[in-house]
Amino acid sequence: MSIATTISEVGGDTEPTLTDAPRRGSKIIRDILSSPGSALSAAYIVLVLCMAVFAPLIVKLSGWGPYAFDEAAIDPNMGGVPVGSLGGISSDHWFGVEPVNGRDIFARIVYGARASMVIALASTALTTLMGVIFGLVAGYFGGIADTIISRLMEFLMAFPALIFMIAILSALPADNRQYLLVLVISVFGWPYLARVVRGQTLSLKQREFVESARASGAASSQVIFREILPNLLPTIIVMTTLAIPGYIGTEAGLSFLGVGVVPPTPSWGQMIAASTNWYSVDPMFFIFPGLFLFMLVLSFMVLGERVRRVVEVGEISS
Amino acid sequence: MTRQVLKRLAGMVVVLLLVCLFTYVIFFVLSPDPAVQICGKNCTPAKIDQIRDNLGLNRPFWAQFWTFLSGLFVGRTYGEGIQCSAPCLGYSFQSSQSVTSMMVQRFPVSLTVAVGAAVLWLLAGLVSGLIGAINEGKFIDRFISGLTFAGMSIPNYVLALVLQFVLVVTLRWLPFPQAVAFGDDPVQWFLNFLMPWIVLAVGYAASYTRLTRANVIEALQENYVRTARSKGLRPSVVWRRHALRPALTPIVTIFGMDFAGLLGGAVITETVFGLNGIGKMASDAITKNDQPVIMGVTLLAAFLVVVGNMVVDLVYTAIDPRVRIGASA
Repeated sequence: MSIATTISEVGGDTEPTLTDAPRRGSKIIRDILSSPGSALSAAYIVLVLCMAVFAPLIVKLSGWGPYAFDEAAIDPNMGGVPVGSLGGISSDHWFGVEPVNGRDIFARIVYGARASMVIALASTALTTLMGVIFGLVAGYFGGIADTIISRLMEFLMAFPALIFMIAILSALPADNRQYLLVLVISVFGWPYLARVVRGQTLSLKQREFVESARASGAASSQVIFREILPNLLPTIIVMTTLAIPGYIGTEAGLSFLGVGVVPPTPSWGQMIAASTNWYSVDPMFFIFPGLFLFMLVLSFMVLGERVRRVVEVGEISS
Repeated sequence: MTRQVLKRLAGMVVVLLLVCLFTYVIFFVLSPDPAVQICGKNCTPAKIDQIRDNLGLNRPFWAQFWTFLSGLFVGRTYGEGIQCSAPCLGYSFQSSQSVTSMMVQRFPVSLTVAVGAAVLWLLAGLVSGLIGAINEGKFIDRFISGLTFAGMSIPNYVLALVLQFVLVVTLRWLPFPQAVAFGDDPVQWFLNFLMPWIVLAVGYAASYTRLTRANVIEALQENYVRTARSKGLRPSVVWRRHALRPALTPIVTIFGMDFAGLLGGAVITETVFGLNGIGKMASDAITKNDQPVIMGVTLLAAFLVVVGNMVVDLVYTAIDPRVRIGASA
């Protein structure tokens, strides 16, 4: 639902115009970070990235691993509710513990960042690769290739992606689920980028510099990589950043529904799913993963929107 | 016009056939042997083989696919005596019921959820989008825009839990949602469905707000709006006929597709609130690994999206003069 909308919306209302003179990268980054909102978002994303990368170290510091059961932290007489207030928050367990099994929520959040980040970034990379290749091929070569790719894109975009992802993932064996997630998300994600890349390639192909390159005898590969691709870069960057929040949401949503990351490997979506039976007695159990997830998606959205503005309009740069 | 419609219809049939084939292949290859599932505990290889034979599972792929396809139109019989009538989407051996009849039972709930949410998000999205466009750049515009970011970012299951915790557990304003029939008690019906509607609507409302705002601002900058203003038309007429109409037509398209997608079940919302709609049916089927049901829901959803797409195209031709002229040329 909202997952599908985010993805389709990302494809829908952003068709960045081609910028003429490429600006220096450092300048663009400074422009992007000059607004407090996007600077904060970037900071939060870096924080989550660090959590993902240094998870084992952080967990050593905090004392409890993501799979360790702490039976002392839960109250078996109360049906497994964490001991102490606020879901068992203490100097031992910084974010409290899970009901029943007493696993440390902080450690699971830290490790859950891995699932989120790895899957979202890998899906982004694969989607971008596929989107650019198919879009370029369709736009540059035209003909049968274009017809086939365009039909395929229409077919994939008409598909009820979420239900189908659920169906495929539930039917496939659960080992290597992480790779499957990336694959499935990418298969349904690339048309949104490819459509735009194709359109822009079509118009770039008509420009003088491309024609003169071809007239001077450059091979197709040279024209594509030296003339067209560099001009597509702003578009690709913008669409990619705007797509990341959708992938994070999709991963979490699929894990929430039980077809994503396989337990015991922690993922935020899965933690939220586990907390649904406990929200009335132990609200902290869903507040932590929910908050982390919400902020991550929000940060990517704010940052993506900022990137779009800066790259598209060249805001502040003049 | 008729030719256009016929062409679209043909294209639609092709896409639906492809969807059927695609789904069928995947489930054919991946699904666990239904014969083993039916056979149960005291199972011998010979018994499994007999069941497979009964169900026609030993026949070649295309023959089975053909049976499945024709089952959609004329119904089919499974093994000995299990009838699955006209639009037969499959038979769930786990719940001893045909997938179609399961869907018919649950469709009203999904419909209620989808319609209520749609009303809510259209109202909220259009109104706040307009407010944003009228006050472009002012505080209220920025405030709304901030809200839309939050609305698009909050996963609906998180929102569902937050609302349940605040409205049901802490404040006790709303009951925990149950699928009360409208006829039984309209007030309870409203109160019970209110939370699912809100949860489902928030994300859509946010993106419709952004869309409306952007479209209206764009339309207001058009030359014809300037012309209309300068020739002295009343502002209300300019707004209604020159600014709003072109700004809102694209929203009709998107709305049609979103709504069609939801009729096939709001999987997450229905699951979180335990509402027995088609979405919940799908997620239950996943937990139980009930493949015929999953496949049936997938097909239904694809069907709704494809049909919705076509209806939207036709409506669009009817309401947008530019497309109409383009089509007849």
